[in-house]
Amino acid sequence: MLIKKPEDIRSSEITDQKLYLNRRKFILGASVAGAALAAGVLVRELSSPAPAGANAKLGFSKSPLSTSEKQTPFKDITNYNNYYEFGTDKYSPAAEAKNFRTRPWTVKVEGEVKKPKILDIDAILKLAPLEERVYRLRCVEGWSMVIPWVGFPLSAFINACEPTAKAKYLELTTLHDPKQMPGQNSGVLDWPYVEGLRMDEAMHPLAILAVGLYGETLPNQDGAPLRLVVPWKYGFKSVKAIVKARFTEKQPVNTWNIAAPSEYGFYSNVNPQVDHPRWSQAKERRIGEFFKRDTLMFNGYGDQVARLYAGMDLRKNF
Amino acid sequence: MRNRGIVLLKVAVFLGCLGPLAYLLWGYHADDLGANPIEVITHTTGRTTLVFLLITLSITPLRSLSRQPWLIRLRRMLGLFAFFYGCLHFTTYIWLDQFFDWANMVKDVQKRPFITAGFTGFVLMIPLALTSTGWAVRKLGGKRWQWLHRLIYLSATAGVIHFLWLVKKDISEPLIYAGVLALLLLYRIGAWGIPALKARRARLTESAP
Repeated sequence: MLIKKPEDIRSSEITDQKLYLNRRKFILGASVAGAALAAGVLVRELSSPAPAGANAKLGFSKSPLSTSEKQTPFKDITNYNNYYEFGTDKYSPAAEAKNFRTRPWTVKVEGEVKKPKILDIDAILKLAPLEERVYRLRCVEGWSMVIPWVGFPLSAFINACEPTAKAKYLELTTLHDPKQMPGQNSGVLDWPYVEGLRMDEAMHPLAILAVGLYGETLPNQDGAPLRLVVPWKYGFKSVKAIVKARFTEKQPVNTWNIAAPSEYGFYSNVNPQVDHPRWSQAKERRIGEFFKRDTLMFNGYGDQVARLYAGMDLRKNF
Repeated sequence: MRNRGIVLLKVAVFLGCLGPLAYLLWGYHADDLGANPIEVITHTTGRTTLVFLLITLSITPLRSLSRQPWLIRLRRMLGLFAFFYGCLHFTTYIWLDQFFDWANMVKDVQKRPFITAGFTGFVLMIPLALTSTGWAVRKLGGKRWQWLHRLIYLSATAGVIHFLWLVKKDISEPLIYAGVLALLLLYRIGAWGIPALKARRARLTESAP
């Protein structure tokens, strides 16, 4: 497979390349047999980091919707990933998604639309000018990052899909290809991964489709070639490697809701007052920081999005 | 095995048991613990505690199955290492994770079943560590000491439950620990139960007219 390499690799990327992430897993060897030697249960696994600089530079403008907070380093955004299609370990997507094919790529548009159609990724990329959006990302697990995405408003994509008046929800689906996505061979989640938004949420100017980060094409482990970013919701709402957009009248059922209905709701707005049944959501650890910080309502985007939920009981609609 | 050999082996095992700690210290020093070092420290100390509890529990079956009675002489050290890593795990929670937010920790222990389970498992190890000396064995008497130290079954069970309850979805790893623990506990049931049953049957046949 061909990987385009630009001539001008920034020096910062070269430093990234020498970083190797080590992870150590404790494997209980042949159960009792290996017990005598404590050291024997420790197996060191080495995984090389994502190849930095393998992605093409993108042209984009800055957005006033960006935060000026310190951005999480590229190596952390591209090595610490929750992307179960490539394994449940945080560091496996960087290794397992290396040869993922993002071209040719199309997105099927169906459901409550004027006319079902298939959009090519290169046509999608021309739907709207690319912008850099530096957003906070809060994972439901209690950690957060600040990520300089490159993308365009989801509303531009929706308009191109020409939904009918009946369309109340948008459902987005990840590619299902166990040959390329080894994690899909396990039954840890129902594949393919599906997520949904209410139409007014999807049309909100903060909701974007991302095609890049740190000014370059999106690395595979971060959801290339096309992923959703909804910064006021927990990270798992932001579905990756999108191949299908379906407009529906009824509320779609999202993958994590199927997996654990009492733990992950449809809305999944970041909310420090509503705990996950098994852990608190009041605080978060920003990757790279020692102290935990308070989690903000709607991940700090309340001024822009709170009106979407006026009058709703957010404890019930978690 | 000769005494000298055992002493050498004990030194080697002791150094080996420090491996996980050395890995963390070195990794921290070299900034090599990934994007979320506190998570790595928490998970590594927790896993190591469980591994040592299971290793400690496997000494008895191993020595009788392999007929190597000297293995018992490693057991106390292994058990104490389980406690040592348990202390590190607990300290990580108090210090690095919660940063001495006592009010929140009290709430956590009450409200979060996985933390309640982990805390229980840790607390149950304390009397075992305190009575790990030869003096304590003599003071308590062998029988009573043995009964007290069966708390390790509860402690390890609580530890495995703690692990099972905390993972988001992929329970394959905690299930491995659960499986090994189940085997080790089943061995005990077999080892106590079968002779007891035989004795009972023998008594019954004797008393039969």
